[in-house]
Amino acid sequence: MRRRDDMTSRNSILLQIGDVSCVIWQETLSLISFIGEAVSACADAVRRPRKIRWRETLFYMNMCGSDGLPITALICFLTGIILGYQCAVQMHKYGADAFLPGLVGCSVVRELGPMMVAIVATGRAGSAFAAEIGTMKVSEEIDAMRTMGFLPERFLVIPKLIAMALTIPMLTTIGDVMGILGGMIVGHASLGMPVQTYYQQTIEWVAPEYFFESIFKSVVFAVVITLTGCWRGFRAGNDAIAVGKATTSAVVISILFIILCDTFLAHVFNTIFFG
Amino acid sequence: MTQNAISVKNLTAGYGRRIVLENISFDVPQGQILTILGGSGCGKSTLLKHMIGLRTPFAGDILLHGKSIVSSTGNRKRAIMRRFGVAYQGGALFRSLSLAENIALPMEEHTKMSREEIREKVREKLRLVNLDGYQDYMPSDLSGGMVKRAAFARSLALDPDILFFDEPSAGLDPLSSASLDRLILDIREKTAATIVVVTHELESIFTIADRAVMLDANTKSIIADGPPLELKKHSANSFVRLFLNAGHDPADHSHEGGIHAGDK
Ligand SMILES: Nc1ncnc2c1ncn2[C@@H]1O[C@H](COP(=O)(O)OP(=O)(O)OP(=O)(O)O)[C@@H](O)[C@H]1O
Ligand SMILES: [Mg+2]
Repeated sequence: MRRRDDMTSRNSILLQIGDVSCVIWQETLSLISFIGEAVSACADAVRRPRKIRWRETLFYMNMCGSDGLPITALICFLTGIILGYQCAVQMHKYGADAFLPGLVGCSVVRELGPMMVAIVATGRAGSAFAAEIGTMKVSEEIDAMRTMGFLPERFLVIPKLIAMALTIPMLTTIGDVMGILGGMIVGHASLGMPVQTYYQQTIEWVAPEYFFESIFKSVVFAVVITLTGCWRGFRAGNDAIAVGKATTSAVVISILFIILCDTFLAHVFNTIFFG
Repeated sequence: MTQNAISVKNLTAGYGRRIVLENISFDVPQGQILTILGGSGCGKSTLLKHMIGLRTPFAGDILLHGKSIVSSTGNRKRAIMRRFGVAYQGGALFRSLSLAENIALPMEEHTKMSREEIREKVREKLRLVNLDGYQDYMPSDLSGGMVKRAAFARSLALDPDILFFDEPSAGLDPLSSASLDRLILDIREKTAATIVVVTHELESIFTIADRAVMLDANTKSIIADGPPLELKKHSANSFVRLFLNAGHDPADHSHEGGIHAGDK
């Protein structure tokens, strides 16, 4: 392995670019075929819901949802405080104090809430999924599943997907509220805004549709995180180091995909729904 | 006409560009216990992985009960797979499930048995390998030998008519190892199953096997095929004789001591 690395480093930049494009192309193909398998597994699950492994689903709901709640809530709360504080300092200069609740509320609910929850979930759940499936591959458990006549994709992906798609929106909703609370504390402490006023202002600015946007995004992110984590797990090599690499790449790729999706969705929501 | 349970036809297999097995053919009749022998790294597990359909060969075909596992895909492949049981070299128990759940899983998924029936069946399988009472243990709480026995029990879950074992008795104490050998003979007696065992243990080779097939890393092919006791005494290949006599070649007294696989 090392010898090959040395050789490529001595080669020209063009060759390296070619190498990287080849890898990217192969990975893209494997991602597409994995998504295909996952979709067909989903279709199968819809047709025969009794075959879904509900016990595992509950286990993952517990792991992604209730176990992740304290840290997610804390991070969203702190995000609200940071955002509120930075805005308060700037806006106070222009006497625009009254807009603080609207600014914090809209930013948190429409963007930062879903995003922060998704990033925490990537670190907690996405990496765990990749590590779990990668380890199962190393210990021949995936092989054992196949020779028992099971579809590992259905077995391993569907429970995680259902659990994530249900819990992440709930976490996001709680995270949104915590973020607004964080802003409220700053508004009260540093701008002297009464809690009552802050609350009314928030309600005025943050339309109920924004919560729909929040939840919609979080479902998309949940699917992205789960599929990326599982995909990297299935792509892992056959030793312990490969499992570590799969975990790292699951986190990096999943954050990249989340941001790409968010860019796209921000545009879609602003032009189509709220345009 | 009696059909062969397994037939391997001109199999060439390997990893990437590297060929590990070249042009291998053999048939296993129904009810035979076949052991696959050979030095470490000669491709025994590789051969097994091809026979159970986990890898696609470079060339050749493998038929299980007359159906090609190489060329079938999807549901048809899974249907073939359901008819055999495999115990993997490392156990490959599902770590997130307890011992009982591990064994119950194939029954839950592939049969219409009730919970009670499944519980009773799991108990029966665990009793076979002396693990009754460990139903609720997680695989991580078991010793290596117990994991092996549990994997063995799981491979029997659906009462398959072909069984594949990759080194079932490696790492077991002599007593468990001997009882596993007896169990293998017992299963064949009761169910007439065809059994393929990869093993290094000379003791169990001579106890259980009707036939031994020996692979070699240099020639990448079969260097001996026949009843183990016969091979032990009369094989034309001196390496085969050395292997089966634990390093003491009865035909060559100048050579007492170790196995010298390299010098032929
Ligand atoms: N996943 C893999 N990728 C590449 N090469 C492999 C892989 N698995 C095995 N090999 C190679 O194939 C050869 C045969 O390996 P195999 O695992 O079949 O040996 P074995 O006979 O089962 O040995 P042991 O008795 O130690 O289990 C080895 O030389 C090994 O290097
Ligand atoms: Mg092996």
